[in-house]
Order: sequence, then C-alpha cells, then structure tokens
Amino acid sequence: MAAIRTKPDPQIYTFPGFGTDKYPNLMLRGAGDLDNWHLKVYEQKHEGYVALKAALKMEPVAVVEEMKTSGIRGRGGAGFPCGLKWSFMPKDTPERKFTRYLVCNGDEGEPGTFKDRAILEYNPHQLIEGMIIGGWAMQCKLGFVYIRGEFLWLIEKLEAAIQQARDAGYLGKNILGTGWDYDILVYRGAGAYICGEETALLNSLEGRRGEPRVKPPFPAAKGAFGQPTTVNNVETLAAVPPILRMGGAEYAKLGTPKNTGTRIFGVSGHVKRPGLFELPLGTPMDFVVNELAGGSSTGKKIKAIIPGGASAPMFDEKDFDCPLDFDTVKARGSMAGSGGLICMDEDTCMVQATLRLIRFYAHESCGQCTPCREGCNWMEMVLYRIEHGEGRMEDLDLLASLTPRIGLRTLCPLGDAACGPMDSALQKFRHEFEHHITHKTCYAQGSRLLTAVGAH
Amino acid sequence: MNHPLPPETSNEPLAPGQRLPESERKEFSPEALAEIQALMVKFPDKLAATLPALHIAQREFGFVSLSAMKAVAKAIGIPEGHVFGVATFYTMYQKAPVGQFHLQVCTNISCALRGAAQLLEKVCEKTGVKPGQGPSADGMWSVEEVECLAGCGSGPCVQVNHDVYDEFVDEKKLIEVMEACKRGDYRPWAH
Repeated sequence: MAAIRTKPDPQIYTFPGFGTDKYPNLMLRGAGDLDNWHLKVYEQKHEGYVALKAALKMEPVAVVEEMKTSGIRGRGGAGFPCGLKWSFMPKDTPERKFTRYLVCNGDEGEPGTFKDRAILEYNPHQLIEGMIIGGWAMQCKLGFVYIRGEFLWLIEKLEAAIQQARDAGYLGKNILGTGWDYDILVYRGAGAYICGEETALLNSLEGRRGEPRVKPPFPAAKGAFGQPTTVNNVETLAAVPPILRMGGAEYAKLGTPKNTGTRIFGVSGHVKRPGLFELPLGTPMDFVVNELAGGSSTGKKIKAIIPGGASAPMFDEKDFDCPLDFDTVKARGSMAGSGGLICMDEDTCMVQATLRLIRFYAHESCGQCTPCREGCNWMEMVLYRIEHGEGRMEDLDLLASLTPRIGLRTLCPLGDAACGPMDSALQKFRHEFEHHITHKTCYAQGSRLLTAVGAH
Repeated sequence: MNHPLPPETSNEPLAPGQRLPESERKEFSPEALAEIQALMVKFPDKLAATLPALHIAQREFGFVSLSAMKAVAKAIGIPEGHVFGVATFYTMYQKAPVGQFHLQVCTNISCALRGAAQLLEKVCEKTGVKPGQGPSADGMWSVEEVECLAGCGSGPCVQVNHDVYDEFVDEKKLIEVMEACKRGDYRPWAH
C-alpha cells in the first residue's frame, strides 16, 4: 500500500462558534487532523457506523422515507431532493430482478469548490457509511466512487479506508448478518471537468469518453453499465449518517423549511481567511464573507461575488445580503450550485475575469453539442479581442446575442454554465467592457489574471 | 483591422500528416499485464478497465504514446480506435513526453485572483520551459497550465507529478518545491 499523505494542509475549516447548536458540525468533524481518517478514530470519536447499524435494522423503504423527511437537497449543484431521487430507483418484482448501482460523484472540478476534498481527506469513513446506507436503502449490488484523477493521494486513502471497513465487516458478503452483499469500488478519472455531469460520469465510469448522454432514459432507468443507477455528490452521501443519527425530522429543523440542513461553503478569492465553512442553509452571504472569511484581503471593497462555483452568475453589491439557500439565490438570478463563493475586489478587471472563466468552458466543452463547442470558443475569441484593445462596441451586442443561442440548447448544463458568468458580467459590469473598448485598457487597476506565457 | 486570437490550447489537434510522438517502449511488463487482467474482472464490464489501464500505461511508458494505446487495446481486447478516443479525450493522459517533475499550475479564477498568472510566469522562468513545450533540456522539468485543481481556498496551487499539492505558492515556496524535487522528496513522474 502506498504511503498515506502526512503533509498538513493549510486550509481553514473552523470559526468561532462552530460545533455549537447554532452551527452544528456534521460534515467537517475532525477536519485538520490527519489521523482522523482511521476507522477506529471514526468509531470512537464521531459515532462511526452507529447510523449504519440502525439503518440495517430498518426496512430499506423506511430509510428512503427518513431521507425524504430530512428534506436534504443534492449538494452537487442542482439541488434535487435526495430522498425523492432515491425513491425513483425501480424495485424488484417477482417477474423482474434488477441489478442496481449507487455512484458517488467525486469529480470535484468546479472552480471555487473544494469541499469534497476535505471530506475525502478527513472523513472518508463518513462517506463510506453513507454509501453503505444508500446501498441498503436502494438495495444496490455495488457502489462506485468516481474521483478525479488529480486526487491520487485521496484515492489511495479512500482505498485504505474501504479496506478497513471490509475488514470490520461493514462491506463484503452478508454485511452485519443481514444476508446482504455490497461492496464499494473506487474509479479514478483522468482530468475532464465534464465528467462531473452525471451521465458523462457514467460514460467515463464505463471506460468511454466522458460525453453526456441524452436524457431520458434517466440514470434511474438506465445508468452505469445499462443498469438502474443513482448518482449522488460526495457531500450528499456524507450527510446521510448524521441524518439517520439525529433523525430526518430533527435534521429538517436546520436551515430553512425548503432548504434543510447544513452545507459546506468554500470561500476563495480576495478574502482574509479563505476556507471551508459548514453552515446551515440560508446563512446570509455577507455574514459568511465578512465575518467568517474576514472580508477583503486587499483593503479594497469587494465588488462581485460568484455565489455557487464558477458556473453561477455573479452577484454585485446589491445582492450581497442574499441568504445562501437554493431558492433565494435562484430567485435573485443566480444559483447556489456547489457552494463555492469566489470574491473579487474593486481592482479586479471583470473583462479578464470573464475571459478566464469562458476560456475554462471553451477548454472543457466535450465537443458533442455544436452550440456549446462553437459558442464558448466564439465567446472566448470576442472577449480576447476586447481584452487586447481591439474590441468594438457591437461586440457587446454580439456577446449578448450568443448566450441565448447556447443556453438550454445543449445536452448537459455546461453550455448554460458558461452563459451564467457571461450574461451577469455584461449586465452588471457593462461599463468595464465599454471602458475596455473605448480606452483599450482595463477599467480596474489590479494585477493581471491572465498569463503572458503563450499556450494554454 | 487586426483580430488577435487567443493562444492555442496545450492539447491542440494534430496537423494533417502530423503524428503523435512515439515511445521507445512497445509492450507492457508482465506485472502491468497482470494488473490490467485484474482490472478487467473488477468492474462489471471489461471496457471499464480502459481508463485505469491508460493510467498504468502512462506509468510504464512515461507517457501515453500510440504504442501505449495499442498495448492497452491488445491487453483488454478492445478496438484500438476506442482507446485512442478515450486517451485523447482526457487531459491527464500526456500524449507527449514530460519531464521527471511535471509542474502543473492552476490558473483558474480563484487562483488567478491570488496571483497564479504571475506564478506561472515565475515557474517558466525558473525551469526554462514553457507550458506545452515538452521537458527541459536535462529532462528534469516540464510545465503545464491546468484548470481548477480544487485548491481554491489555498491558491495559487501547484501539483507536482501525481500526488502532492502545494498550496499558497509564492516565489519562496516555489524555490523550496523545486529544491525538494531535486533532493528526491517527490515521487518522480514514472514511478
């Protein structure tokens, strides 16, 4: 077995008041402690596998009901109710027996998001326990954890943790005397952002190019290897053990009525204390950025925040008080996405920031749908022209006319994701684009966001 | 009127008649073949062994050359075209040789806000190689500009070869990392 990383990481995981009733610590228990991943630590300190033992005494349907009661919504980005998703899985009938799979999406690649990594680093057993409970609830045969290829040391760690769980009898044949067989396999990706989309992930898991599939059929009908499959985010599955320990109804009291529970928000960019903060949903954004993350690190005012990872449209100052839950963020014209807050101060050139984001989508587009493949590249080229002082005023209308031709016209949401930052930047910071065109230079005087060394 | 074009991406398509670089090695070692055999029965379908087998090929061959792709196809018993399609889709499979220490610098938005662009230039200056241009003359270094490494809170973020991330990298830290590479503290590329 390869050595497990012993290098401490510099991330901030806590804040004053974390772990109290107001800010319960459900997902980041023991984060920062490199020995926390061991099975014995999880069992002794964090009520490990208590929820699993309770779940195995319940009927599978009752576990799904408990998840529905908890009201937890998927933490991957779309915010789909997890209990409902689990109930879509077909049940065995006397005529037909199904082979069902549970897939955990650990292809964390959304710029601004770095939460799954902390769970895999410090609490892999919580994820494993969640996956076993999910497997029991849907009576799955196998669980897969798809992890991005860059996280090699986390894959080695997770494999070691799964082996510990196997040795303890939590995985394998006849788990804890129930007569139910289940195992978890880890699959390593190879560097494609698009594989975070569930059907692209399934293609990748089958050993194919990570191109999204046409839906329907949805994964619950025909997923991995042609069998009924549920795909859940790492954070969603890691939330399962705490939900069963405290009970769905108790969990539903956290957060707001339609957006229950806690989630891990990652704050990055121009803030004093960037880090991961686990908070009940509905916590106001300015509290997170100013109180917990310490506000601007540069001494300049923060002028834009991306509230849910790079794909979410930007917020300007007037929306900084927005409560961070799925519905309110959506009502204000953005999306809660994966919970990554990217803060940009006054000196950030929005043309460069937008170009950097669009370049990412142009690079990561899988190339299957023309609107996204061509559209993202054209947006990049037009923005590049503006950034290099060759822009024309009509370019702004051109950009604005491109986004409705990409959004909602592709198989997967990557095209829509590229439109979010483009549209919102153009709408909220149009004067910076205009300044770039008329003055041929940045409106803001911050340091460059784009490299001068050629090939990207 | 002049229309500047953005720089080509590091994995630009091959020009007509251009071929992928070839590796010296043509076959898998018996140990690697055994590993691939185990992968083929680990998953419900042997096709699923494609991605992990390509990772093994990269380790064995140093990079994913055409011979490596052919060897993977032969070992699993699947069409060569499928393996080629997969290998060229994913960016972590290097289709050309890289240095002993492959420095991957994230320049995406969160890291860029904390100076990743300037860091990448520093990396190029210190190693003497540019992104996507192959290894340095002594074979020691190669540089790649990569997309988000999920180290956004602690950027700028640099990954050396496969395993360890280095975070909050400034010039001083970069020199430390490069010294550590020279000392052998990091696993070399093909280990």
